[in-house]
Amino acid sequence: MKYISFENLHTFFEQASAQLNIYVPVDAAGGQSAYTRWTPGTEISRGLHTTRSAKEFFFPQTENLVEFKMSGKNIEIIDPRSETEDYAIFGVRACDIRSFGILDEVFLAEPVDSYYKNRREHGLIIGMSCTRPAETCFCQTFGIDAAEPQGDVTFTEVQDGYCVAANTERGKAFLDALGAIFEERSDDAAAQAKEKTREIMQKLPLAGLTTEGFGGDRLDALFDDPRWAELSEACIGCGTCTFVCPTCQCYDIRDYDTGHGVKRFRCWDSCMYSDFTKMAHGNPRLTQKERFRQRFMHKLVYFPANNNGEFGCVGCGRCLASCPIHMNIVKVMKKLAEVKEDE
Amino acid sequence: MQTELKKRALELLGDGTVDRVIGWQTGEFSYDMTPAVFTSAEDVEKNFVYNDFCGANVSKYLIKECVKGGRILAFLKPCDTFSFNQLLAEHRVSREHVYIVGVACDGMADVQKMKAAGIDGIVGLTAENDTYRIETIYGDAEMKKSDALAERCLTCKSRRHAVHDELIGEEGEDRPDSGRFDMVAELEAMTAEERYNFWRGELSRCIRCNACRNVCPACTCENCVFDNAASGIAQKAAADTFEENMFHVIRAFHVAGRCTDCGECSRVCPAHIPLHLLNRKFIKDINELYGPYQAGADAGAKSPLTSYTFDDAEPSIVRERGRE
Repeated sequence: MKYISFENLHTFFEQASAQLNIYVPVDAAGGQSAYTRWTPGTEISRGLHTTRSAKEFFFPQTENLVEFKMSGKNIEIIDPRSETEDYAIFGVRACDIRSFGILDEVFLAEPVDSYYKNRREHGLIIGMSCTRPAETCFCQTFGIDAAEPQGDVTFTEVQDGYCVAANTERGKAFLDALGAIFEERSDDAAAQAKEKTREIMQKLPLAGLTTEGFGGDRLDALFDDPRWAELSEACIGCGTCTFVCPTCQCYDIRDYDTGHGVKRFRCWDSCMYSDFTKMAHGNPRLTQKERFRQRFMHKLVYFPANNNGEFGCVGCGRCLASCPIHMNIVKVMKKLAEVKEDE
Repeated sequence: MQTELKKRALELLGDGTVDRVIGWQTGEFSYDMTPAVFTSAEDVEKNFVYNDFCGANVSKYLIKECVKGGRILAFLKPCDTFSFNQLLAEHRVSREHVYIVGVACDGMADVQKMKAAGIDGIVGLTAENDTYRIETIYGDAEMKKSDALAERCLTCKSRRHAVHDELIGEEGEDRPDSGRFDMVAELEAMTAEERYNFWRGELSRCIRCNACRNVCPACTCENCVFDNAASGIAQKAAADTFEENMFHVIRAFHVAGRCTDCGECSRVCPAHIPLHLLNRKFIKDINELYGPYQAGADAGAKSPLTSYTFDDAEPSIVRERGRE
């Protein structure tokens, strides 16, 4: 099995960045971590998560769709798209990699979203096993193995470095092109590290959280549950949970008046917002209760109903860590799973 | 403290003084408390919690609660009472619908400080004198309370309640020497370019989630100009990063003279942008130009920005002071 030590990791980036742009998680001010293009000297974050997920590589917060330029009676239509260059995202955790599959279900289903497809197809995914999950982690609820991230290439952190394996043809070609930077190691170290991660996962406070009681066939019972009122009571209607979420995929399309034309762009939207899906008659979800319910129903009921039972959450825990009032999908699931007194 | 609060909540519910209680309810990890309204003694007994992680300011929720009628018991920390008073001054809440129990406070904790110190996997937490004993899946840890103190509490302006019906704990005092303008002074001492770069750097992390606006007790417009499509400047996402930055500057202008410096904006920011510094700059300027003023200290006081005197600073002072 391929192996590279912590000290030699920079040779990997040097070689890889000669092939393509490689983005790595980097610690920034304010205890934040964000993907940044690797350049010599870049220090990789050892933290668990980037503040925002990696979804923005394929689905950026704002993206120009088309431009209309007016001159006299002529309208010129400009397509801003260009073929994306190949790039790699390094250090993606198992949960975030699973989220790409969820986004694919939405954006790559007919009609295919060509903006997303362009970015998605050019991105090489380099996964990183977890060694120090947080109390907020619950990926295993959705059948994700934090020790075994999918993606084109997997880095498994062992005591003194990383064991590296390709999972796809593309990943193999990428590693093969790197030259002799890897040593050979037996598979034992990686297997031990994975076992250790799985042991920690079992000890996490949310290890017992289950999706039982949720799914596509639970629409009526859950939609009308009176407990949404108390669950949503403290929600301040901000978009934090939706914007840090790796699977939230709703967007709005807006026109920007340039003075001599229009730039049409899309931007992340949040079901928590008062103008989400606003129509001529107004917002169909009148109060925060309905908006709040929408987010969790989407992940726990509507999404599995439309996608062969797959849930729209990967248990990364970002929303648990960042919600201003600490309300989140775990509290919602636990509350709704409690047996109602009148039953 | 929790025992006393609970006891008082049950008494006031029991004797009919109030018909519900706003406070905080238990979380998953000992630090993730959620504001909640309790309507029964049973609910209070079971779920009510009060500890150093109940930093969320519940004053803004009282706007919604006052509309419902009846009378609600609100447990307010000193800084929360300034917010309440300001809302009162702006006729957004009504005094008769709220029974205020002031809670003495010597600062709230910020779990981010623990995480920054490498304490993660937190599953339990207890406070012992001046230390937190923290149980984690990676072993036990401890942290001095003073090291875990939230940023805003380090520079607390007052431990005195601006308004209350009764108190639990000993009333504190104003803290004029807490140094809350020190960082503003540092920013003022920078060159315009350094300051510009500081803010461009900080604000570049904004994800435009609107948490700062939505949690702010001074932001109570029913339809914010940035959400109003008819305003012509609605921004769900900004067209460019400069516009993004302007959102924060405009918001700071809008709450100037009304911001009590409760610090909720910085507490909730998922990108950890020190937004309170923008507001503090306005507060410092108002103090210097118009004389000392604390929004929310007195619900009947006139704000220097909405009243006129012959001695008011001339507008030209902005231009002169802006020169480098």
